[in-house]
Amino acid sequence: MLWRPEDRLLYEYDGLSSRRVPDAVAFPRSTEDVTEIVKLARREKVPVIARGAGTGLSGGAVVTEGGIVVSFARMKKILEIDIPNQRARVQPGVVNLDLSLAVSDVGFYFVPDPSSQKACTIGGNVAENSGGPHTLAYGVTTNHVLGLEVVLDDGRVIRTGGKVWDRPGYDLTGFIVGSEGTLGLVTEITVRLTPKPEAVKTLLAIYERVLDATRTVAAITAGGITPAALEMMDGITLRAIEAATHAGYPLDSAAVLLIEVEGLREAVEEEVEAVEGICRRHAAREVRRARSEEERELLWRGRKNAFGALGRISPNFYVQDGVIPRTRLPAMLEYIAAVGEKHGLLIGNIFHAGDGNLHPLLMFDARDSKQTAKVLVAASEIMARCADLGGSITGEHGVGIEKNELMPLIFSPDDLAMMRRLKEVFNPAGFFNPGKVLPTGKMCGELRIQVGGGA
Amino acid sequence: MQMEGEGRAVPAASGYGPGEKPEWDYYSKCIHCGLCLNACPTYRELGVEMDSPRGRIYQMIQVEQGRLALGESFVRHMDLCLDCRACETACPSGVEYGRLIEAARGQIATHFRRPMLGRALRSLFFRQILPHRKRLIFAGQLLRVYQRSGIERLAWPIARIILPRLGNVARLAPRMEKPFFTERLGVTMEPVGPRKYRVALFAGCIASLAFARANEATARVLAMNGCEVVIPASQGCCGALHVHAGLRDEARQLARRNLEAFPPGDFDAVITNAAGCGSVLKEYPQLFEREGTEYLERALLFTARVRDVTEFLAGIEWNRDFASITVRATYQDPCHLGHAQRIRSAPRRLLRSVPGLELVELKDAEVCCGSAGIYNVSENDMAERLLESKMRRVDETGAELLLSANPGCLLQLRAGVAQSSNPRRRVSHVVELLDEAYRRARG
Repeated sequence: MLWRPEDRLLYEYDGLSSRRVPDAVAFPRSTEDVTEIVKLARREKVPVIARGAGTGLSGGAVVTEGGIVVSFARMKKILEIDIPNQRARVQPGVVNLDLSLAVSDVGFYFVPDPSSQKACTIGGNVAENSGGPHTLAYGVTTNHVLGLEVVLDDGRVIRTGGKVWDRPGYDLTGFIVGSEGTLGLVTEITVRLTPKPEAVKTLLAIYERVLDATRTVAAITAGGITPAALEMMDGITLRAIEAATHAGYPLDSAAVLLIEVEGLREAVEEEVEAVEGICRRHAAREVRRARSEEERELLWRGRKNAFGALGRISPNFYVQDGVIPRTRLPAMLEYIAAVGEKHGLLIGNIFHAGDGNLHPLLMFDARDSKQTAKVLVAASEIMARCADLGGSITGEHGVGIEKNELMPLIFSPDDLAMMRRLKEVFNPAGFFNPGKVLPTGKMCGELRIQVGGGA
Repeated sequence: MQMEGEGRAVPAASGYGPGEKPEWDYYSKCIHCGLCLNACPTYRELGVEMDSPRGRIYQMIQVEQGRLALGESFVRHMDLCLDCRACETACPSGVEYGRLIEAARGQIATHFRRPMLGRALRSLFFRQILPHRKRLIFAGQLLRVYQRSGIERLAWPIARIILPRLGNVARLAPRMEKPFFTERLGVTMEPVGPRKYRVALFAGCIASLAFARANEATARVLAMNGCEVVIPASQGCCGALHVHAGLRDEARQLARRNLEAFPPGDFDAVITNAAGCGSVLKEYPQLFEREGTEYLERALLFTARVRDVTEFLAGIEWNRDFASITVRATYQDPCHLGHAQRIRSAPRRLLRSVPGLELVELKDAEVCCGSAGIYNVSENDMAERLLESKMRRVDETGAELLLSANPGCLLQLRAGVAQSSNPRRRVSHVVELLDEAYRRARG
């Protein structure tokens, strides 16, 4: 347990921003420790905020009203690897990539692969229902979590789900995954392991016009092909990434698609041909294939380091996360460009294009308060448009403190009231992670976070 | 913007004093994404934000903003950093963490008063011994007498009983290798066959005494590759340990001496077999950036010619007249080679070209072994923890030979092997292995 102010100070931020210094930080090593902490917090009437690695982008791990931060950094044991049943049981602090590495020798991996996978924890993935480039073919975290052990607000411990696919009764596992630490503290996770595909091919399609790239996306999926991943990056983002990673991305193009096809060897070969044909019919200037595992890794390293790479071209930037039906990509891109122009902001784009998950990157200098204010307005406008087009205000980063006030854009008052009732069953008095997910009612329809952080 | 954080509304005065300090241009690149966390050995062990790269940078910023004192807590977390720079490899934003931590330590060295004993020992080691060749040789000879006379064998168990930590540290003392390489200073070695390059060998301070054989091997390997090898007499300690300890003025003095000893234009390359030295030699310009004197110019010219020996060899068509050496070997990346200099494939390519040698990849080879200059002495507990994890990984490989490319790492790894399940496992520098393969081929 950390009490000293100079230590607690380091728990006021996560990947999104800084907020408030917690009253204490606890480092449990077991479920029993977690139970003790919950009981203590309950006695002292202070909130409990769960924290994985603090890489989240919606403020899920920051403190809003004081309380105890429960860091799972020391609960990082892989408890069981059960290859014949394709399952593993892990503590919440296990780093996402470490689980995949632990089972890679026997040909398996844990599918959800957020860009932060080398640092983020599986507990954090469960809280945020994290996605990643391979969401398109394999789904998000909830599709790979089968059971949980959860410490409730009074210290009782429940187990939901298990190793088998389907258990009778209500799907509490599904309810808790993605609840952002507002229902209880997850202390153990049973996950599904997936065999690595026999063959993987990665293509880089290069375009002179963004429009052609977005049209290709719709054409590929309309053609009955589901690539394992289908990512788009525009010229601004590409150039930043290339400076950081030297992944071999073309500096003079308007956009690229990073497409991955996997499966049985013969089928993959056929699909690659088909995908390449579609790219070329949509005016791809060039379609490159990764010829080796190293080349493939390099292409992906560029993509995974994209957010950080922008630190090179702009002192601050704000990553947005929205979803639209993928057929609306061309229109949405035009809209984003128009918003950028209206506010005089530079906006880069990087999308999990296949599933319509957008990450517009709004660049600014936090020392310029007018510009910073414009960023928030622009981001709100983009989110509203996502909602109008039948999409969502978050694809994978979660709601946290960032977007709870935007929830009414996609949910009716009745929808939200029902969620609130369910939440109150688990979390009666704003005990777990208060001020997150559901609107607080203090402000509506705008982003009310402090972006920038860092310096 | 609403300011909701505690106590941040009123900007307070910076907690830094005069002199070099972490600069906005460098720390503002950190977007606190946290991708560095799991790459950091101390975070992996302790799991606390204060001992993560992101957290350390945040603390540096808080000191600048006056929210955190340049006091004990800050110093503790900066001290515990290995300066291994694994975070730089992990960082997508290109934060130059080494620069930041070294500047922060510069502040600590000048503006924070450490307890007496530590201060005295530091001063003795950094100011009175390392920079002076004669005193260093004298200390080396003392140590050699101690190691060979049997006093060591007697003293060890006693030391362990009285002070277990001292026992741990004592076993890290470098074995003195006579003849000291200092005797070679001023010598020029002829190439084997026609001369293709003229290179200067950077001998190092402690390495000249404790790694004399690795230095000899390096010179011979270079000669086998058509190099005329000059060993300039007036060279001295590179100053890496001083930079890591925040003793920037002392480091500058040492740097100036070396810049004089290796005049630009005389050599095709300045070669070192010590990753720690190589990394600071390549960063000499950072020491002169603020003053911007003629030394900055010279440092830039010098730096452009510094090469790690593995980097140099892999960059030329290296001589492959190796005898076969049948051995299962593994390679530990020195942090200051892999992370600071980004040299990872060169040593591996060289090793794979030796017939018979089976190179097994070491898991977590990019994670620090705990050596980190004098870290294994100053922060022995953490260093031991890292070494234990490292040895477990080494055991997994089943290798009989453990290779690395930096004297400090070799010392630490030898200490680890000595108390591991397989104490007979050999620990060598990559060039020593290459040298052996050349020598066996020539009979």
